[in-house]
Amino acid sequence: MQSIYLDHAATTPLDKRVLAAMLPFFTQTFGNPSSFHTPGLRAKEALAAARKSCATILNAHADEIVFTSGGTEADNLALMGVTRMATLYSLPSTLSHPHIIASAVEHPAVLEPLAALEKSGAIELTLLPVDKFGRVAPDDLVHALRPDTILVSIMYANNEIGTIEPIAEIGRLLLKWRKTHDTPYPYFHSDACQAAGALALDVEKSHVDLLALNGGKIYGPKGVGCLFVRRGLKLEPLVYGGGQERNLRSGTENVPGIVGFATALELVQAEKERENKRLTVLRDRLIQGLLKIPKTRLNGHPTERLPNNVNVSFMDIEGEAAVLYLDALGIFASTGSACASQTLDPSHVILATGMSYEAAHGSIRFTLGHGTKKTDIDYVLKVMPGIIEKLRHMSPVNLDMKYFR
Amino acid sequence: MKNPTLEPDILNRAGDNGWFYSDTVKDHFFNPRNFMRDESAYADAAMGMVGSPACGDAMKVWIRVDPATERIIDCKWKTFGCGSAIASTSMLSVMATENGGLTLDAARHLRPQDVTARLGGLPARKIHCSVLGDKALRAAVNDWYRRAGQLEKVEAEAGRVVDALTQVTDQDIEHAVLDGADTLEKLQAKLKVGIGNPACLPEVEQLLRFYTEKYFGKQ
Repeated sequence: MQSIYLDHAATTPLDKRVLAAMLPFFTQTFGNPSSFHTPGLRAKEALAAARKSCATILNAHADEIVFTSGGTEADNLALMGVTRMATLYSLPSTLSHPHIIASAVEHPAVLEPLAALEKSGAIELTLLPVDKFGRVAPDDLVHALRPDTILVSIMYANNEIGTIEPIAEIGRLLLKWRKTHDTPYPYFHSDACQAAGALALDVEKSHVDLLALNGGKIYGPKGVGCLFVRRGLKLEPLVYGGGQERNLRSGTENVPGIVGFATALELVQAEKERENKRLTVLRDRLIQGLLKIPKTRLNGHPTERLPNNVNVSFMDIEGEAAVLYLDALGIFASTGSACASQTLDPSHVILATGMSYEAAHGSIRFTLGHGTKKTDIDYVLKVMPGIIEKLRHMSPVNLDMKYFR
Repeated sequence: MKNPTLEPDILNRAGDNGWFYSDTVKDHFFNPRNFMRDESAYADAAMGMVGSPACGDAMKVWIRVDPATERIIDCKWKTFGCGSAIASTSMLSVMATENGGLTLDAARHLRPQDVTARLGGLPARKIHCSVLGDKALRAAVNDWYRRAGQLEKVEAEAGRVVDALTQVTDQDIEHAVLDGADTLEKLQAKLKVGIGNPACLPEVEQLLRFYTEKYFGKQ
């Protein structure tokens, strides 16, 4: 049976060139970078080269890159690290519950640590609403800012609906706000895990102070990522120990993983223009084809979206059932339906765009990647109408499109 | 409950928790039995509906009954829902009509656990997808009695309905608490109460507290 993998936003396969770059570091150059002997030195050199390479891509300094176990840890380190440092050391005691702003469509790796901080009484949290395309309005953000706001966290691009957030504009506004209020706060964090494979990551242009990246979404290894931490910004670590990564992330460095991550980042960034062009054509072909099916709606922005993301809601059906039928045909996609989540609520992202519960339950996400060919898209378009028709035939629901803006 | 020899069908969108469907579930999902193809031909049949697409599952069940024996001779359905929900309703229709058909009284006593057991089990977090079919069947039984003019045999769902979408009653909540649901999340995993209808949640939480204190003392 064929295998059409269209879930690259969940994770990507490892690029063979990345694997080749990693292999020597498992059995040959296996030393601990902290050791004072030749094998240790070789590992240390590889680590430094990887750090330099990541820094170059981000237009940052090597000492601003902290390697982590992935995007989730990078996000947690940024959010918890800033909060704990601010409350423990920098803020006057009158500001014991500082304020943090994030968008309502952030990944759980951002929302959950913030919810935990809020629950423990450490912070006050404001979640910014988004428009019907999933975008934050920079003006809303400025209105939400307070003298005690220590951190703003807005993702670069959304993992579910692919919408690209205006982070450069937000970054500029925050710079201005800090200048007029003569304060180092708020810092600006952005989760760029989904964006890293397609968008430019120059931190001088986006004015972010913290940026989270992940290997498993960019044809690199899983379990490794990094956090950009702007010089001068102080964080309290999550993991204490031997003081690796400038004391911010103790534990012997995952050298093969870090080498693989840096190689993957180099490759996707070097090849992104050509690949984006190719994927955008395929993406739009799939979107247009799917929207020909009656009672459908595109989730996310029509143009300001990742080149590989297609997210469509099909009215009157439930997404998981469609994903199972697709799976049986060798097409692997995902859904924002509640049935596919731990909670019983459907996608918080699609709900935040103002769509009804009904529409959120019927959403299906296809995320394209290096291996996706035009014939794959055409096959999906060939089988999808039949699957939707069968499920609608089985469904007692026949909702008016007015519930389906 | 889970069959470890089966291959996982699908991963959730967070990508961290696979689940297993039994072969029976897969069979009923891909080859659903007795699903309603032509509603117009069943305009005269008794019908029951429960759930709503907002809460993720909606089920509609039609039955034809032999008036002499009060046995179900035909059972058709439509379901909006995931793989488990579709397979559960399909199995429910088989159980309602096999071996000469259930009597209306037996149909009223069919429990979601009975359907789940016949399906070879469902993953724990998918149980909630199967809890509406039996209610739809009971509603159809009531409709049959209503149409037959035997109004004295129409039985309201026991207890008072708290969530109109899912027809969850205070008694359902009491039973769920006795079954170990001590948080709103656990209650919702069992009953789907309030999903898509958050307006009823304050009352649900109050009942949850009431029954928890009644049976397990103040926390």
